[in-house]
Amino acid sequence: MSSDIKHEGKRASKFKRHSKPKIAVFKFASCDGCQLSLLDAEDELLGVLGAVDIAYFPEATRAAVKGPYDIGLVEGSVTTHEDAHRIQEVRRQCKQLITIGACATAGGIQALRNWKDVDEFINVVYATPKFISTLKLSTPIAEHVPVDFELRGCPINKQQLIEFITARLMGRKPNIPLYSVCLECKRKGNVCAAVAQGIACLGPVTQTGCGALCPSYDRGCYGCYGPMETPNTASLAHQFSVLGQSDAQVTRAFRVFNAWAWQFRKTSEEYEHK
Amino acid sequence: MTGRTTTIRVNTLARVEGEGALYIKLAGERVTDVRLKIYEPPRFFEAFLRGRHFSEAPDITARICGICPVAYQMSAVHALERALGLSIHPAVRLLRRLFFCGEWIESHVLHLYMLHAPDFLGYQSVVEMARDHRQLVEKALRLKKIGNRVVTVLGGREIHPISAVVGGFYKSPLKQQLHELVDDLKWARDMALETVHWTAGLEFPEFEQDYEFVSLRHSDEYPFNEGRLVSNRGLDIGPAEYEDHFVESQVKHSNALHSVVRGRNSYLVGPLARFNLNFDKLTPAAQQAAQDVGLQPPVKNPFRSIIVRAVETVFACEEALRIIREYEPPPVPRVEAPNRPAVGQAITEAPRGILYHRYALDESGMIIAAKIVPPTSQNQKRIEDDLREYAPRVIAWPLAEATWKCEQAIRNYDPCISCATHFLKLVVERE
Repeated sequence: MSSDIKHEGKRASKFKRHSKPKIAVFKFASCDGCQLSLLDAEDELLGVLGAVDIAYFPEATRAAVKGPYDIGLVEGSVTTHEDAHRIQEVRRQCKQLITIGACATAGGIQALRNWKDVDEFINVVYATPKFISTLKLSTPIAEHVPVDFELRGCPINKQQLIEFITARLMGRKPNIPLYSVCLECKRKGNVCAAVAQGIACLGPVTQTGCGALCPSYDRGCYGCYGPMETPNTASLAHQFSVLGQSDAQVTRAFRVFNAWAWQFRKTSEEYEHK
Repeated sequence: MTGRTTTIRVNTLARVEGEGALYIKLAGERVTDVRLKIYEPPRFFEAFLRGRHFSEAPDITARICGICPVAYQMSAVHALERALGLSIHPAVRLLRRLFFCGEWIESHVLHLYMLHAPDFLGYQSVVEMARDHRQLVEKALRLKKIGNRVVTVLGGREIHPISAVVGGFYKSPLKQQLHELVDDLKWARDMALETVHWTAGLEFPEFEQDYEFVSLRHSDEYPFNEGRLVSNRGLDIGPAEYEDHFVESQVKHSNALHSVVRGRNSYLVGPLARFNLNFDKLTPAAQQAAQDVGLQPPVKNPFRSIIVRAVETVFACEEALRIIREYEPPPVPRVEAPNRPAVGQAITEAPRGILYHRYALDESGMIIAAKIVPPTSQNQKRIEDDLREYAPRVIAWPLAEATWKCEQAIRNYDPCISCATHFLKLVVERE
């Protein structure tokens, strides 16, 4: 996740109050879950669809309106040569480009290939390796083109998506908190899983958005929303060791759905080579 | 017409989960080439599961598919429990069935109203459809939401739920939490019944094929997460024997590996297969609803799968209500899983059909091999076979309409290309 992404879009007021913004949804390497979040917003869906013009959204409609688009929602990471070209074209077509979810924002679970020899991966999975065309790295969209806003999560929180669209329609800044899961967990009144039960929990370094789900279900946070604003990953990793986690376990804890986000990447690499 | 070459080409298949394209070539009325192309990039799940601990498999494999994460989690936990010799508490088993009920409701309703129905009514999308059928779409959304609510109560959220774990659940719900779903589920059952009648009133092309239907079958329940794998051509095996009976073969003209029954041909998995092989295990009301609209096994017209999805939604609502009535929380939500070298397989019924997982573990519980076969990869060859038969029947229509009809025939299978792709061997044709 590049640090130069601006969370306050200057272009917010660009839409005229009464014109419907044209929205396009693009998919790269992903599970479809983040764009499904829009269809899963059952209470708001018809309202949203009335307020915007869904110009391109293949998962939901055959109709395709040509660009340019006011807002492009991009799901998925870049993993092929074709997609590396396609994202450039998508960027040209979109006044604002928003990444939705951990794949688009941090490379996703498929970025686990980034520490391996991808040719070996191909050999493991594919019968005819020489025909597979893929890049060595799974990379977030921001490593290829400028991104105007990122919605975190594996999957994203549909309420945050609705909030983002609403804010854009109103010409105001979206209210998306950047602080850690811990703050939300405390507010829910959860007993701290890490302190009380010694559970390795990524909550202190992970951005909130899920509603502190895992600690509410008696398990540690596993980092779906990626690094929070100023994560002290080194300190948390040390605490994991104190709790009895091996270096390999610490490495794996930071190496899941947001593994390629640089703060998580740095810590997992330190522990991998310890 | 004879001798004229027609090409039906859809560069981006819409209203499917994932990225695919269709290419059909006809010489006159003879189909010379059918390719359902998958250009969704490979994601290598089987490869990067190696070296992860088995306890991570349910959360990682859920990310194969945002539409049916529950099925992925369930195939993973069952395969690993079988490997590790764990037996789960009966209440946990019930909760897992309830988990499936929720996923089937949300997934079936998404497909039948949002993705498939617009084809039958001539709309590009549910957005257009909502302009003329606002009330119906609102009710459909409410029905879908109830399925999602069931998943959320058990798993914390509808996409990639967080509570499933090898040995049970991280936390089991209170009786009260489940009872709060009852009114919604009763409404959902009625709406699902209405949906059976509504879908049965759609117009269906005359198109029947001689399918080999493959699904789980259980001695006393409609199958979700347990049973033997059976077919209408005499297949009857345990999940561990799956790889002995199904093979993947590469076809030169296609970008995908095709799954076939060893020594036979393509086969069909999903609602149609389950309905035809397990009709007797549906609840009386679901059976009655099917019979009321003239739906009797074997249903061989894939376009009618939209009605079968509605019937299965009735079943899922009723089954959910039964489970909630009977539910007593387990003494502990999960049993501890030991580390040991082992191999285990499991098959569960994802909304789109059977989902096979196999894991091999070493002495510290690390995964040394994983194999995952999603339903859409299994239906892939069958979809092409359907198109080979169906395309000549619509080719006299204007090309745009013929193309749309072929797309509709693909959507009969509710294909989930995101699922299929880490497995579908994406091949780039080189000059």
